[in-house]
Amino acid sequence: MKIIVSVKQVPARDSTLRVNSEGTWLEESELSYEMNEPDAYALEEALQLRDKLGGEVVVICAGPQGATQTIREALAKGADRAIHVSFEEPAARDALATARLLAEAMRPESPEMILTGLQSDDLGYGQTGVILAELLGYSHATIVMEVEPQANNMVRVKRELEDGWFQNIVLPLPVVLTIQSGIKKLRYATLMGIKKAKTKEVKTISPAAREAHATEAARMERIYPPQRAKQTQILTGNPKDMAHQLVEKLRFEARVI
Amino acid sequence: MSVLVVLEQRSGKWNAMSFEALAAGKRIAEAAGELQINAAVLGSSVDALASEAARYSIQKVFTLDHPLLAQYTADAYTAALEQMIRSEKPKIVLFPHTYQVRDYAPKLSTRFGNVLVSDVVDIKNEGGHTVYVRQLFQGKLNVDVRAAGEPQFLSVQAGAFRAAKQGSGQAGIEKFAVRLEETQIRSKPEEPFREAQRSVDLAAADIIVSVGRGIKEKDNLPIVEELARVLGAELAASRPICDNGWLPMERQVGSSGQTVSPKVYFAVGISGAIQHLVGMKGSKTVVAINKDETAPIFETADYGAVGDLFEIVPALVEEIKKTKA
Ligand SMILES: Cc1cc2nc3c(=O)[nH]c(=O)nc-3n(C[C@H](O)[C@H](O)[C@H](O)COP(=O)(O)OP(=O)(O)OC[C@H]3O[C@@H](n4cnc5c(N)ncnc54)[C@H](O)[C@@H]3O)c2cc1C
Ligand SMILES: Nc1ncnc2c1ncn2[C@@H]1O[C@H](COP(=O)(O)O)[C@@H](O)[C@H]1O
Repeated sequence: MKIIVSVKQVPARDSTLRVNSEGTWLEESELSYEMNEPDAYALEEALQLRDKLGGEVVVICAGPQGATQTIREALAKGADRAIHVSFEEPAARDALATARLLAEAMRPESPEMILTGLQSDDLGYGQTGVILAELLGYSHATIVMEVEPQANNMVRVKRELEDGWFQNIVLPLPVVLTIQSGIKKLRYATLMGIKKAKTKEVKTISPAAREAHATEAARMERIYPPQRAKQTQILTGNPKDMAHQLVEKLRFEARVI
Repeated sequence: MSVLVVLEQRSGKWNAMSFEALAAGKRIAEAAGELQINAAVLGSSVDALASEAARYSIQKVFTLDHPLLAQYTADAYTAALEQMIRSEKPKIVLFPHTYQVRDYAPKLSTRFGNVLVSDVVDIKNEGGHTVYVRQLFQGKLNVDVRAAGEPQFLSVQAGAFRAAKQGSGQAGIEKFAVRLEETQIRSKPEEPFREAQRSVDLAAADIIVSVGRGIKEKDNLPIVEELARVLGAELAASRPICDNGWLPMERQVGSSGQTVSPKVYFAVGISGAIQHLVGMKGSKTVVAINKDETAPIFETADYGAVGDLFEIVPALVEEIKKTKA
């Protein structure tokens, strides 16, 4: 089975998020980057499917030059090759514009399965996989927790619904699945893997500027820290003081312990 | 010109978020003055639901009633709504941001060459035009989004708008004749199910100590277990802790885990992403312990301790032991 996994590089969870002076994105100098969390799970699922069924895992990532760090990481974990859709300012675009770029790069590959993360940690659209399916004419399922390929080009997947409910559905290939975190235990890259990654193929596609800046249907105008509406009582002092105040408040103010 | 709100039901029961979307729709319609507000109900035999929806002081309820809509599939829902939107030409189409909507609304908007503005938390007027407020970085930042094109597709976040109340109104109900063929539907859904009986019922707990990724390693869990023990509390967790297998899935709180409303909820090293908040915001008192003073959890907390949980939690254990002695 040929599987494409789309992985996005996002600012690391513990980096300092400071909005730039124009309010258009973050102060990049203060950011470190990592692979979007659900995408790591999508990659893991793809690698396990390949190891079971044979075939190939291709990772695709749209982003600036620095995104090659995340591509290398995916290759080190075991992906066979990569496609880098190279453009700057990924932050400025909407889910449709990104999906169009990814779809064009994927089309000539004709994969049987495309795995994406269910949501990006930075922009949080939760849409790219579903849009890809529509653009490519593939069937799709979202928030997937199990993937079970079946005979005659079908796949059975377990989807997460709200409130602890689940649902199995059966779909025809080719298919796009958006993967939820926790689907399988993640592997680490081995030293051997890291070494091998250096020799693996990374194809770079540079969409024409016109294409990359295609009209955005939804434009981000201004980024800012949210206004806090609620009055939270913030405790002060050293840990011991905070603990003391908190217990007093829970006993005599909230009367809950 | 109209705003169309797509209400969500499963097996004849509303998803309550539908009426939050309706409230958001009303807000847009009122701000714009001349906009009508209509609702759509999809399913099979939905007349009773439509009559209920008709009492929410709106202009019209459309029913998209078809045997092939009895069970949700992305293909059928998208096809049905596409037909209806092409014929009615609403200016804005609004959804609650549910898991079902995540599954098909991006597909639908793509058919119109447009993009869904997803998970909207507020609607504002900035310099004479409408902007939709979304969250970035799991609630750590906000962004104003300006949408182009028609229709505009929006989904609204759980809890962001106060649900509309039924009024005394009586909207007209109109059947929209959906054309669907079985061959259009590629996926075969099976019956939804829950995992085997849970061994812990967090919903019944008076006190919950909930732990997040701030705990860093599985080996650090005894620190919060001790806090739970001295309080007589149940231990719960955010998703990453269960994903890693450090605590069983049944202790996960949030949109895909359990919904809890204890007297006190201690959020220890939890950032407060919306998918976590929806599971615990009904708690009577929320205590947050987090080293990042800008963490969104502080917006939901009654009491906040900003600092290192590895120092604060043991101090808290000592303090509680003292009062119990
Ligand atoms: C469809 C969907 C469904 C989801 N369902 C759920 C769900 O049911 N439940 C759920 O919880 N999540 C769910 N999520 C995931 C959710 O979006 C968040 O990713 C998750 O809740 C984050 O968990 P966290 O707060 O523990 O981790 P993080 O966001 O990584 O936060 C860790 C926090 O710990 C703090 N911290 C770090 N070190 C320390 C220290 N030494 N002392 C004090 N504080 C410290 C940090 O400041 C940070 O705020 C879902 C996501 C999606 C897209
Ligand atoms: N620039 C990108 N490059 C590669 N994959 C992406 C990119 N943006 C989004 N994706 C994929 O789409 C998923 C959902 O992203 P989003 O729709 O932004 O929430 C992510 O988890 C990735 O798998």
